[in-house]
Amino acid sequence: MEMADFNKDPYSLVIAGVGGQGNVMASRLLGSMFVTKGFSVTVGETFGASQRGGSVMSHIRISRQSSWSPQIPAFGADLIAALEPVEGLRVLAQYGNPHCVLLCNTHPVYPVNVIKGEDAYPPLGDIKRHVKSLTPHATFIDATGEARRLGNPILANMIILGALSRMGDLPLERGDFKEAIRERVKTDQVALNMRAFDAGRALCL
Amino acid sequence: MSYVIDGQAGSSHLLMGNEAIVRGALEGGISVATGYPGTPSSEIIELLAGVAKERNLYVEWSVNEKVGLEVAAAASFAGLRSMCVMKQNGVNVASDFLLHLASSGTRGGMVLVSCDDPGALSSVNEGESRLFAKMVEIPLLEPGDFQEVKDLTKWAFELSEEIRNIVMIRSVTRMSHASGNVEYGSLPDGKAHANFDFHGPLLDQEKGPVISMLVSAAESQHGPQQEKLRKAAGIFETCPFNTYKGPERPELLIVTSSACNLYSREAIKALNLDKKVGILKLATTWSLPRNMVKGHLALTDKIMIVEEVLPTLEENIKVLAAEMASEIGIKTFYGKRSGHLPSIGEMNPDLVIGALSSIIGQKRPSIPVAFAERARRIIDEVVPKRAMTFCPGCPHRASYWSIHNAIEMDNRKGFVCGDIGCYTLGMLPCGFSTLKTVHSMGSGSGIAGGFGKLKQFGMDQPVVAVCGDSTFFHAAMPALANAVHQKSSFTLVILDNSGTAMTGFQAHPGIAANAMGEEMPALDIAAICRAMGARVEKVDPFDLEGTRRALNEIMEYGEGVTVLMMQQACALSPQRKGRKNYDMEIDEELCLGEKCGCNRICTRIFGCPGIVWNKEKGVSTIDELICVGCGVCADICPQGAIKRREAE
Repeated sequence: MEMADFNKDPYSLVIAGVGGQGNVMASRLLGSMFVTKGFSVTVGETFGASQRGGSVMSHIRISRQSSWSPQIPAFGADLIAALEPVEGLRVLAQYGNPHCVLLCNTHPVYPVNVIKGEDAYPPLGDIKRHVKSLTPHATFIDATGEARRLGNPILANMIILGALSRMGDLPLERGDFKEAIRERVKTDQVALNMRAFDAGRALCL
Repeated sequence: MSYVIDGQAGSSHLLMGNEAIVRGALEGGISVATGYPGTPSSEIIELLAGVAKERNLYVEWSVNEKVGLEVAAAASFAGLRSMCVMKQNGVNVASDFLLHLASSGTRGGMVLVSCDDPGALSSVNEGESRLFAKMVEIPLLEPGDFQEVKDLTKWAFELSEEIRNIVMIRSVTRMSHASGNVEYGSLPDGKAHANFDFHGPLLDQEKGPVISMLVSAAESQHGPQQEKLRKAAGIFETCPFNTYKGPERPELLIVTSSACNLYSREAIKALNLDKKVGILKLATTWSLPRNMVKGHLALTDKIMIVEEVLPTLEENIKVLAAEMASEIGIKTFYGKRSGHLPSIGEMNPDLVIGALSSIIGQKRPSIPVAFAERARRIIDEVVPKRAMTFCPGCPHRASYWSIHNAIEMDNRKGFVCGDIGCYTLGMLPCGFSTLKTVHSMGSGSGIAGGFGKLKQFGMDQPVVAVCGDSTFFHAAMPALANAVHQKSSFTLVILDNSGTAMTGFQAHPGIAANAMGEEMPALDIAAICRAMGARVEKVDPFDLEGTRRALNEIMEYGEGVTVLMMQQACALSPQRKGRKNYDMEIDEELCLGEKCGCNRICTRIFGCPGIVWNKEKGVSTIDELICVGCGVCADICPQGAIKRREAE
């Protein structure tokens, strides 16, 4: 089935999180799904030293024309999926705009200076208020809580992808995900990842 | 990673730049690949090692980049196609042999891949490798999108065989670690056969001995070497990877390469300048195809060069423009030397947009001003920063704790010289700001050996160096040999965490397996150090008191070189990951919090992410999701409030 195009070219989205949350896996799965659909996709990742407790970001550009910059220009993101709430706020402030859509996990991963008691981590209510001051198009879900119920908090990344597929901004279907996940995880892990994806879809009904 | 080799010719896949290099090398019929791990290059050798059996390759993690280049060169001399892979700093290490190799020439197609890290996203510097190509007079290729990464890698082997010399490919973090569409070609099924032919005369490129030697000025290899580079430049004149996109007569011409091609494309779109500005994207950046470049420079008066870090391409283009000025006229150049673009840090679309809009005099549309102002305030005032730190249960935190305390207790202003690895973070508060010098691989040991010889000038501070197990083999062994031989005095702490941990547990000679997973004899670091004449002791850094005491005793002794091995596997290593030795708990009755006088030593100073300061209760608490149960923190609490219980 030929999917509808995006209303923008390139369509720019960010997956944001903290090292160890499975950002890279999520972004490359998402990217490969659109390559399969015939789009030209560019994914830029920030990882490496940032794995040690740092912010991690994947910039994804989806186009009918060509590769684009693996870094989105300032204020250029159309959609942000955040695996961690202050990372959602940070990336929305850096790359978002008043029309940007945000899907955000509510489970915090505290920075080391917060753990040390030297810095404050804003309460979720404050984060939501600041997000709303930047965009009206924000959705918060407890992806980590759902992932724990499935047995492993790392599955939050697949839950977020499931939720994304239901938000209507990405022409993305369950079958696309299944095909992509089969190519990139071990066979015995496919069913669990599908359950996580479906749990994400259920959260965004 | 089956999709890198399993995909059919003609099929399109999302490949990371490093995967595209692998696919290109496989399509190019590579037989031997070597390298030393370093971000952003490590995935290339890892992937090739993973398919070595299937594709009949020999792949190794070499002890360092120079040896890696030598091993790959041998394959080329025997007629095979080979590749050596490293990060930008590795080219410095390999450069001694590289200069000689460029002089002797190669036979089977040979490619050096350097993955540079502009902005030093995961490096200690952003030193660039491009200048080496110019210095040793070899061709330099820089792919400008992901398809080109694959295609150019494949072509590099053909080019190398055509000119009989090594070809360098330079990637950057935003190509190596970014992904894009790549359409596959077919994989060759020919069987490679190795044979080193040396029976011809001395300077015979095809059949003689392969020797880097200036026989005499009249007969030297330098002339033929330069002829090879000229031949390459001639081939570059019609190279399909050099492209121009834009109006027939652009008001401004951007000359660019690598990831900057994508940033430039983005900037032209953002400013809607596609009728005014064109992009000449060069994939062959040394040496430049003179006539091809000339044809494009002639079409406009304004030229902007977009590249990362140093104005290397800019200066090379300007030399051509100066030489051709009588034919093409005087040009105005924009770039780093004009101040329009910075000479430090990585490039991005916004920097190119800013430069372009100031040159053309056109404002960037649609910046949401009120949004930008609110966003800036939120970032400054609301969002907490994420500082880098050691992982929960990292042996380096425990090691630095003891090193720091031993030096304090010794009280003679002792200090520690460090180098490259996760343990470089020892210069930051997470390592108790212990490191006082940090430079290149193995340099902590060399510098400490130098400090240890300064007694005759009145220096009486105890000297300590740290190096990792992989770094020991890479570059610290010569420093240790030198220090023992010169009767220097210092303590070399080897932070042995059983692998090249920072880049993902690649094998090194101290590990009983190689890159391809075959069993190999593990070299015994302690035995090597003893054989070199150093005293050697071993401790487990998780035993804080034992480690501190051992180091204090060694520092007290003070004569000669003593090696103290702190052995504990990395918390992310396969042998430790997901395995808790202890279940940790904090007795809230015993923890006195701010009233203790310990200055919250566990959360504020020790700083393991597994212990969290609970502001409401005024006590520390264990985050069970994050704690990996190493048990070390139980020994730092003066109240004994942190309890460890053997995990089930």
